[in-house]
Amino acid sequence: MKNRLKVLRAERDWTQARLAVELEVSRQTVNAIEKGKFDPSLTLAFKVAALFNMSIEDIFKCGEP
Amino acid sequence: MNKPNLDSDNWTASNQRNSSHLSYWSAAWVLSTGLAAFGPKLIWAFEPVLSICSVIISLLVGAGMIMATKKYLSGLDELHQKIFRDAAVLTLGVGLVCGNSYELLEDIRLISFEPEISHLIILMCLTFLTAMIAGHRKYQ
Repeated sequence: MKNRLKVLRAERDWTQARLAVELEVSRQTVNAIEKGKFDPSLTLAFKVAALFNMSIEDIFKCGEP
Repeated sequence: MNKPNLDSDNWTASNQRNSSHLSYWSAAWVLSTGLAAFGPKLIWAFEPVLSICSVIISLLVGAGMIMATKKYLSGLDELHQKIFRDAAVLTLGVGLVCGNSYELLEDIRLISFEPEISHLIILMCLTFLTAMIAGHRKYQ
């Protein structure tokens, strides 16, 4: 699954650690999602979408990373 | 940059607390199992009542350790839950398959000694440890 997490994070000048704190996950999890190694659950995807005030579809897209 | 919210700090603190609880329960279980294993011979000369009590204590502390593990696992984030679950599944499979084959070796007289449960426990511990390390490396 492709995602725009890294771009959105960079736009806000957030580190992975900062985003991890906001999402209540580990930095390793943020890194794995950004690299497309790990697909988040629907719950976490909603949390990401709410954090960036966007819809899930605007952040995550189906397909290879 | 905004200060991270308090809930996130609580989440991290909660994880650390769960991890500590699991360590204490694991240490207590090892000690109680050691007492049940060596106590009868070294301390109370195979007195049945004391031996039964030590086994019951070991079982109760073991139940506490299992609950602490469950709580620790449910407190982890989803990636770490997945790594833990994958490692646990592999360990269960290896334990079942290898344990069965190991026991069979004696039955069909390919080994002359009695298979020890401790060997299986060591194998399962090493499998779990290796699978956890591999899981963490995979998602780095």
